[in-house]
Amino acid sequence: MIELDTTDRLILRALTEDATQSASAIGRRLGLSQPAAWRRIRKLHDSGVIKAQRLDLDHEKLGFGVTVFLGVKLATKGRVSLEDFERAVSAIPEVQTVEHILGLYDYRLRVVARDISDFERVLRRRIMTLPGVGNVEANVLLSEERRPGPIG
Amino acid sequence: MLDDTDRRILRHYQHAPHLGPAELADLAGVTPATCARRLDRMQATGVIRANCAMIDWRALGYEVEVSLRITLDKTQVRAFDEFLEAARNVPEVIEIQTFLGRVDLRLSVIARDMAHYQDLYRRAILTLPHIADIEALMHVARIKSDEVLPV
Repeated sequence: MIELDTTDRLILRALTEDATQSASAIGRRLGLSQPAAWRRIRKLHDSGVIKAQRLDLDHEKLGFGVTVFLGVKLATKGRVSLEDFERAVSAIPEVQTVEHILGLYDYRLRVVARDISDFERVLRRRIMTLPGVGNVEANVLLSEERRPGPIG
Repeated sequence: MLDDTDRRILRHYQHAPHLGPAELADLAGVTPATCARRLDRMQATGVIRANCAMIDWRALGYEVEVSLRITLDKTQVRAFDEFLEAARNVPEVIEIQTFLGRVDLRLSVIARDMAHYQDLYRRAILTLPHIADIEALMHVARIKSDEVLPV
């Protein structure tokens, strides 16, 4: 685990908003020299605090009007391995995320579709035919906010 | 609005958002000038909203992630607004989603360990307004998390 000081936190916050900013642009904003900003950015990457980058795309403009979260309970027959289910579900292009969780459900899937009838097609042809699927609960996403988190 | 070239660039860019226009152009099989121009246009028209760094909260000592599925008391007219406003003030809440379905909302909450989570839950979560019911789901693993759109 790594401890961040206030300057590190400000840099991290800036990069979560726009990761394409150069070290000199960030340095100018925070009153640091380019090399000092570069060293701190390097540290955030090397220590694994920044694990990846993600494109934030406008789903509607790309024709994806519907996002649905599915809670999937596997049928308790013990014949299907978790690995088989995970491999098959991860291969579906409309499934954006797969999370293994403990509680009411075994897996949570984030599924995108063009509209509700397209979602029905994905659900029937792709999800319900997965090995071992039992109960499925659907919640249609209305709004989503990603918060900065405890970095001050 | 988007043609096949735009979509091809987007497909590659989603899988490797750290690449610059020149490297991306190579992958997508277009000239660097074309690639830069297409990216500029997709940013200007808002198709690409941002390219964000993703934080690994574990590297910062947050070992626990819990999903809280919340049902609100909808007899209160301002229940959603007041709940959302209060939830935004809890720094450990890293995601807020609203739904049409069996639950109204989901919060993603991170904590340093179970003791910290217990404290947060009692002090900051249970005190949020208009909660009728809460279910907690513990994250075990992320199998797929790239959030790539099949463009």
